[in-house]
Amino acid sequence: MTMDTALWLLVLLPAVVGAVLPLVPGRDRVAAPVSLATSALTTVLAVVVAFGRPAVGVAFLAGSRFALGVDALSAMIVPTVALVTLLVLVFSAADIKRSQGRFHGLMLLFSAAALVTATAGTLPTLLVAWEVMGATSYALIGFWWRDQDRVSAGLTAFLTTRTADLGLYVAAAAALAGGAGLALADLPAAQPAWRQVIAAGVLVAALGKAAQLPFSFWLSGAMKGPSPVSALLHSAAMVAMGGYLLLRAQPLLAATSWAGPAAAWVGALTALLLGVVALAQRDLKQLLAASTSAQLGFVVLGAGVGTVSGGAAHLVAHAATKAALFLAAGAWLSALGTKQLAGLPGVARRWRALGIFATVAALSLAGLVPLSLWATKDAVLAGALEASPWLYAVGLAAAALSAAYAGKVLVVIWRGVPGTGPGEAEGHLDEEEPGTRHVGLLEQLPVGILAAAAAVLGLLTLPSVVARSGVSAASPVHPGPVELVVSAVLALLVLLLVWRRYVPEPRWALDWLGLERGVRAVVVRPTLALAEGLARFDDRVLDRAVTGTASAVRGAAGGLSRFDDRVLDRAVIGAAGGVQRTAADAGAFDDRLVDAGVEGLAGQVRRLGRLARRPQTGLLHQYYLQAIAVLAVGVIVLVVVR
Amino acid sequence: MLSLVVFLPLAAAVVLAAVPALGHRVAAWAWVGATALDLALVVAVWAGYRTPAAGRLAYEEQVPWIPGVNSSYHVGIDGLSLPLVALTAVIFLACAVYSLRDDDRPRTRAALFLFLQGVSTGLFVSADLILFFLFFDLSIVGMYFVIAGWGHNNAARSALKFFLYTFLGSLALLVGFIGLYVYADPHTFDMVELAAQLPLNGSPVAGGWVLAAIIVGLAVKTPTVPFHTWLPPAHTDAPATGSAVLAGVLLKMGTYGFVRIAMPLLPQAWRAWAWVMVIVGIVSVLYGALVALAQTDLKRMIAYTSVNHMGYIVMAVGAAGLVGNGPAEARSIAVTGAVTQMVSHGLITGALFLLAGVFHDRAGTYDLGAFGGLAGPAPRLATLFAVGAFASLGLPGLSGFIAEFQVFTGSIAVAPVSAVALVGILVTAALFLRALQRVFTGPEAGHSAGFTDLRPAEAWAVGALLLLSLLIGVLPRPLLDVIEPAARTVAELVGR
Repeated sequence: MTMDTALWLLVLLPAVVGAVLPLVPGRDRVAAPVSLATSALTTVLAVVVAFGRPAVGVAFLAGSRFALGVDALSAMIVPTVALVTLLVLVFSAADIKRSQGRFHGLMLLFSAAALVTATAGTLPTLLVAWEVMGATSYALIGFWWRDQDRVSAGLTAFLTTRTADLGLYVAAAAALAGGAGLALADLPAAQPAWRQVIAAGVLVAALGKAAQLPFSFWLSGAMKGPSPVSALLHSAAMVAMGGYLLLRAQPLLAATSWAGPAAAWVGALTALLLGVVALAQRDLKQLLAASTSAQLGFVVLGAGVGTVSGGAAHLVAHAATKAALFLAAGAWLSALGTKQLAGLPGVARRWRALGIFATVAALSLAGLVPLSLWATKDAVLAGALEASPWLYAVGLAAAALSAAYAGKVLVVIWRGVPGTGPGEAEGHLDEEEPGTRHVGLLEQLPVGILAAAAAVLGLLTLPSVVARSGVSAASPVHPGPVELVVSAVLALLVLLLVWRRYVPEPRWALDWLGLERGVRAVVVRPTLALAEGLARFDDRVLDRAVTGTASAVRGAAGGLSRFDDRVLDRAVIGAAGGVQRTAADAGAFDDRLVDAGVEGLAGQVRRLGRLARRPQTGLLHQYYLQAIAVLAVGVIVLVVVR
Repeated sequence: MLSLVVFLPLAAAVVLAAVPALGHRVAAWAWVGATALDLALVVAVWAGYRTPAAGRLAYEEQVPWIPGVNSSYHVGIDGLSLPLVALTAVIFLACAVYSLRDDDRPRTRAALFLFLQGVSTGLFVSADLILFFLFFDLSIVGMYFVIAGWGHNNAARSALKFFLYTFLGSLALLVGFIGLYVYADPHTFDMVELAAQLPLNGSPVAGGWVLAAIIVGLAVKTPTVPFHTWLPPAHTDAPATGSAVLAGVLLKMGTYGFVRIAMPLLPQAWRAWAWVMVIVGIVSVLYGALVALAQTDLKRMIAYTSVNHMGYIVMAVGAAGLVGNGPAEARSIAVTGAVTQMVSHGLITGALFLLAGVFHDRAGTYDLGAFGGLAGPAPRLATLFAVGAFASLGLPGLSGFIAEFQVFTGSIAVAPVSAVALVGILVTAALFLRALQRVFTGPEAGHSAGFTDLRPAEAWAVGALLLLSLLIGVLPRPLLDVIEPAARTVAELVGR
């Protein structure tokens, strides 16, 4: 098998199996084994292409190809996506008990789209995968479709991310107009004016998918989906792909004067503000979701300041960390029927292995030395420090917040929310779904593997590894020892503080800064009102104008018909009467005068006839005389008339 | 060969109409047989199709018809018409299959639809204006009887409105055609000759008026805002198959007229009017989408999305007339997108209207609020409707994306204001997902209890249309390889 075939198979295998699986009879029985086998094979292929680095393509739309390729950056992301998919599907095999055919099919379809995104070489290829990710995410968030609120959350997620996706449509058009073609690598070479448009379009699309400000709110609703969905889509793949796109497009951002700093500041502010939001949450999945936005903020920051290798390492390490935490939250939700922090006191003690795995992941999230996110975050912040000390300060504050909300989780799962008794925890049990009070091996194993990865992936930031991976073309900035120590001490201090004092829960951040309410008030409601208004206009004005014209024509026709009956017709009848009278008169005239005249004329003609017989003597000389006389008269007449 | 494709359904229609003794089943299967045979012929035509030289047609046939005015029976195809001929054959076959179990006067209905199929195909292969006009008007007559005879609710009134409105439009079209004839030297109605002559290039005023007449005629049929108000009642009261044909095939006659007649025969006037077309297109996109968003009746909603989808086409063909703005490649991409959109919209909206018919058949209503949780009792309907909805909102992997992506990139590259129309794909997404949610999700409610899922004939008919949409979405090259040369030619012709 050649490398090219491997790359095609990598995306086609999950796509085809995922599309067919929900349709075959007996799907729910075979779904889990088939999807696990597919996903395992995909993971192998992902590792193969990560080393082989193939590039393939076929003709697609005019002016661009459907092109896939694996370079240094993709070689990091592709195996991550494939492996997390596999682990999440292993977990799902135990966790999702109904409609497995549909679930596994959609998950595979999603992973295919994520893999195409991570290898796309042209804008159309990227856009195809990008929007299919959005659609499968809609179907997965609203997976339990009998609950309207879950479907609504999917709709919000889809519409919000699609709004941002429009940026890619604009970028594609600008790339066409800019003359450089639609290949991602060629975009920085577009004409300067169009280059700005392309950069803006790509930036908006990426911020939407990565749940950055001001789009973050959709991720909150997305937590209504099944936990494995959050573990894959909202940690390792879809949201992460937003960050990935900016890392991929970093040369484009750098080719404009403003896009890099804009991305950096949006990322830093998201890391900060969504960190506060995470701190305020009382629902474990909501906390993790807000933290995802915040952590992706570091990736976006990395892309903005040009630290591609640091951003990519943070992306991968966060994927492992957060997937582990989401799966743990899902296991507890299935077992206890709640994801409220107050309902999970000491849950880590109850299922100890799972508790330890989750603890490792949470400590990584907190930035504890030597776990992965400590190192990767500092790799990003080193670039920020070089760009602007303010950016670095905001980033450091956001890092402290990460330690705080991760510490909050740790306090809850080992001890409980301070100030709540066992009675309150009992009250939360089974509030969302009947719990099984059971966590199986298949649910623990994937969390363990992910937690192990979360512990060691900081190695990706070692200078020698970075140099060998080739992710950064230029020699990247590495964090100095001071920065590493500062962030390590900061994380440790915050963790200790939280362990002893718990955390403040700023109420203003509880509903995700009110972003969704704002969008509803400013965009959704006015749009619906406008739609209603236009619909009324269409019925009452436009359509009535047409029917009005038709009625007017009918009225005019009626008028004409009356005119026809009363005037024209009467005129005709009158005229006919007149004609009749005239005819009668004419008849009388005919009898009395004309006929008499004709008779008289006939008598005269008869007499003339008799008279004319007289010259016909039969004598030739007389005929000559008559001819000469006639000629003479003719000549005289001719002469006189002339 | 083309004549066979046109006259086979007409002959079948005559036979079905003339033999009253045919039973219901026989008539229904005869219809399927005739349409399947016609589709097979079209497949053969496609297989043997070679892109003709610019300005020429493939499979040309020409027979003198009305020599006094230089009008002939002249037919032929190129990359603009072949996809639409194929679309026509596919839609009518789907309708025939869909109707297999419908016992409402199947013999006359089959005859009428076969007649419609013949004249629709005839229109798309016409290379003579009089022939085009004849088929154009006959299609209106046929559709009038379909709505009036097999419709429901206010069918007679809707049918009359449809007939009068589009017939009036066709008269404007005729005025334009006569204008072309009068200015041509020698006088002719032949499209190929007229395209070579360009009788009105150089007389901007007369050209403007002639184009205005033609545009009004086509805009009514397309329809674009503000000439669209005949569409919602016609769709709402038409039978499902009637709506599918109306949206899938008849609307395309308007947009096809733009690329076949208005642009190549009146390039100078078209360039002068291009901005108007772009603006009308954008307005149609936004207006159609927003009004659709406010509908509570499924069929009216889909009807207004047609206004939206046709708006993309009008915008793109307008942008193709903006010679000198942006790269030339962008203009031909816009035309390619427009023609692809004609095919794509035919497949998708045809499928959606056939599905809408199932609601009326089972529950007697199209009211979105009258259902809830329908995915439970009708999973097949839910699946196909969801696929159709996502196709219609332009999801990649389905044909709508291939069309709209090219429409947008091509149009925005030459007329950046077209980016405003992107809001249209957002609003369509919102309205389809809202409808999907209201009807199919949540607890079972209203008429959903005891709702019978799709029967095999219905599922096959709709499934085939959506499968084609999927194929075009995933493997667009076979279609685009046919369209692209013709689109490039149109873009060049407009530049003359």
